[in-house]
Amino acid sequence: MADVLQLQNVGRRFGGLNAVQDVSLTVGAGEILGLIGPNGAGKTTLVNVITGVHRASSGRVLFEGRDITRLAPYQTARIGLARTFQIVQPFPDLTVRDNVAAAALFSQKGISPKEAREIASAQLEFVGLQKQADHFANSLTLAMRKRLELAKAVAMKPKLLFLDEVNAGLNSAEVEHALALIRDLASRGITIVLIEHLMQVVMSVCSRVVVLQNGALIADGSPQEIVNQPEVVAAYLGKKYAQLSAAKS
Amino acid sequence: MKPAVLFASLAVLVLLAGLPFLGSAYALRIGTFACMYAIMSVSWTVIGGFAGYPSFATAAFFGFGAYCGAILINMGWPLSVAIGAAGALAFAGAFLFGTVLLRLRGHYFAIGSLAVAEVLRELTNSATDLTGGGMGLNIPLSVTGSNSVIADASFFFWVMWALLVITFLVVATIQRSKLGFGLICIKQNESAADMIGVNATLYKSTAFAFSGVFVAMAGVVYAGWVHYIEPPDVYDILFAVKPIVMALLGGLGSPAGALLGAFVFLGIEEVVWRNYLEIHSGVLGFMVVVLLLFLPNGLLSIGKRLRRLGARNG
Amino acid sequence: MLYLQVLLNGIVLGCIYACVATGFSLVWGVLNVINLMHGTFIVLGSYLAWWAYSALNIAPWTALLIAAPVYFCLGYAVQRGILNRVIASPVLVTLTLTFGLDLMLNNAMLYFFKADYRRLVLEPAMGSLSVGPLVVPVDRLVAMAFALLLTLILYLILRRSRVGRAIVAVRMDRDAALLMGVNVKSIYAIAFGLGASMAGCAGVLLAMIYPISPVASGGYLGKAFVVCVLGGLGSVPGAIIGGLFLGLVESFGSVAFGPEHSVTLSFGLLILFLIFRPQGILGKRGFE
Repeated sequence: MADVLQLQNVGRRFGGLNAVQDVSLTVGAGEILGLIGPNGAGKTTLVNVITGVHRASSGRVLFEGRDITRLAPYQTARIGLARTFQIVQPFPDLTVRDNVAAAALFSQKGISPKEAREIASAQLEFVGLQKQADHFANSLTLAMRKRLELAKAVAMKPKLLFLDEVNAGLNSAEVEHALALIRDLASRGITIVLIEHLMQVVMSVCSRVVVLQNGALIADGSPQEIVNQPEVVAAYLGKKYAQLSAAKS
Repeated sequence: MKPAVLFASLAVLVLLAGLPFLGSAYALRIGTFACMYAIMSVSWTVIGGFAGYPSFATAAFFGFGAYCGAILINMGWPLSVAIGAAGALAFAGAFLFGTVLLRLRGHYFAIGSLAVAEVLRELTNSATDLTGGGMGLNIPLSVTGSNSVIADASFFFWVMWALLVITFLVVATIQRSKLGFGLICIKQNESAADMIGVNATLYKSTAFAFSGVFVAMAGVVYAGWVHYIEPPDVYDILFAVKPIVMALLGGLGSPAGALLGAFVFLGIEEVVWRNYLEIHSGVLGFMVVVLLLFLPNGLLSIGKRLRRLGARNG
Repeated sequence: MLYLQVLLNGIVLGCIYACVATGFSLVWGVLNVINLMHGTFIVLGSYLAWWAYSALNIAPWTALLIAAPVYFCLGYAVQRGILNRVIASPVLVTLTLTFGLDLMLNNAMLYFFKADYRRLVLEPAMGSLSVGPLVVPVDRLVAMAFALLLTLILYLILRRSRVGRAIVAVRMDRDAALLMGVNVKSIYAIAFGLGASMAGCAGVLLAMIYPISPVASGGYLGKAFVVCVLGGLGSVPGAIIGGLFLGLVESFGSVAFGPEHSVTLSFGLLILFLIFRPQGILGKRGFE
């Protein structure tokens, strides 16, 4: 299985703070990778570094074997990386359809605005927003905006898709719907990295999980493996609980 | 732009072409200024209306074009070539400088763009050998060879008018193009635009370049028309502010609105100037204040509001 | 020794610039409004001083006591009545609005006072002070002293008084301040009033040194811009640092390139800072 993404000792400093330190990992094609860790662990920063929003202070990022460490966000968007934002970022005064059309238009070569709109309609059907196609993005509810984010990301025909807390603020029915969409995307061959807090999502959908704490990678393995690792428990619940839990088992 | 609006705009422009047949030098003078300001406000729409960057650089472009053109004309170059050269230089300069300047946003960008005009003006003032400095520059251009005031005035009107038509068509095309779409995305959420593949730096610089090229060309025409320019005249801050007010008056983000705003504004200004000369800038200020407080979406939005009222009652 | 004199000139000039800019910086930093009327407020202050001296024989430093409250009320009224309506609007709207208001105000001044320059000539003349080889005109020294005093008073208001703390809170985080029970609308008006008050007072002091005319307003406004960008926005120390920096640059630049280039120099500096360090020397970035 070819590696879609390879991180080699990637680090990112903000002034004195090491937001990401010496992270090395690989993501295989077709995987659904869970990226978990306590708040402030550096998960979103890592995605920002990979997509080019921040430049890595050290290390290299390789996408399909190609060094993309120095690429700007618009360049990574055009070679097949897409991401959603934790706090959704639509174009508020454009219609839902135009939001998605924009994503298709600028990430791919040789598409006219008209064709982009047709692609958009198809993506809206996929996420179930076709009825809202002509509404303005700022009139949508949060759950719908999350789906819009997803539709935009998918319209970019990504090979690697980062979903940043795509389930935050959704009720259980909406989460189920989102999971179905994610599984559908994976079945199409898109490699997915899921930043998540909801453990049931991680356990049910991810084939592999990596854990970040204070910017460093502390665990990497299958969901069942990492959930019982003392470092991971300590990261989330504290050392004492980890010791208690280890003593019990 | 809706087809009806486009058609109406083109109709107005076609009608305007007939102005010289009125035989009035006064009408031609106003008409030429109207076209000139309309070029400025429509051009400004690309950077200020589409991309949302409040540019105060119009005065810089205009002054630059005027002096470029004046110097070239005085060196013996024909008017058309001077216009083309000044335009090309302005486009390139705006594009290059824009890559740096457009890293700023909001107020900082506004000030930066304004400061450029100030610096250019001072540089022009100092380069006395080239530009005549504070004493100004004469452009003894004779275009029609005749001594007829009307013939000269008609000529410059038609040149300015043609430039306006070109400007309008180019900007309208940009609006419908991928560039225009990208600019609108940038305006609403620049980081999201980055993430979907918009090369924001390229797009913004291009927009800035387009916002300057035709204004610079208009500067050349102005220099040839008035035959004498000096730095405080062509780098006047009002050339930066008035086009913005005109665009706001017509409706921000709409080339047709900018066109309408320019004509309406000039009409009002002419009336005020003739009747209230001493306080005319105060009246102008008052108009601006009233406009911004009560009609922030411009004249074109009145139609929308009326339609909505009609829909509610109908 | 020449350098010491130039340095001294720069410092004196710088303190005056700081005073000119603090009010502007406060309004920009707290309300996110660039008040294009600032220069005109300053000139109005100068006219007040001139009138107070020629009609009522009140010395400029005493006239400060009149100017401060009068301009505070003016600023408060303008903000509460007009600017507040567009406070949430984009940069373009607020900028153009203050431009329109400035046109009205400036035109009114031109109409009533005419454009001819007036001078406030103090009798007896204050002369110059010599300290060793260094010379300083006393009027500038007095202006500088009061400029620093005013700036200090503003600083104390912001740091010590309840209203001042509220203003700083709004500057840091408007929404959080709102949630803490701060009447943000009222604070905006007070901050604007303070800004206008500082401008008026600066004008009173400037009347002692420079000729007075509505035409001068643009120059003062330009200086205020440059000081704010150089020093950093929304803080009194920023205005002082920026003012001193500009004063020194202009003083030395005047000697090196000639005084007629001082405006170009300051704007060139402005552009450089905007490109490389928009948050200014002190690094407090304003809103965008």
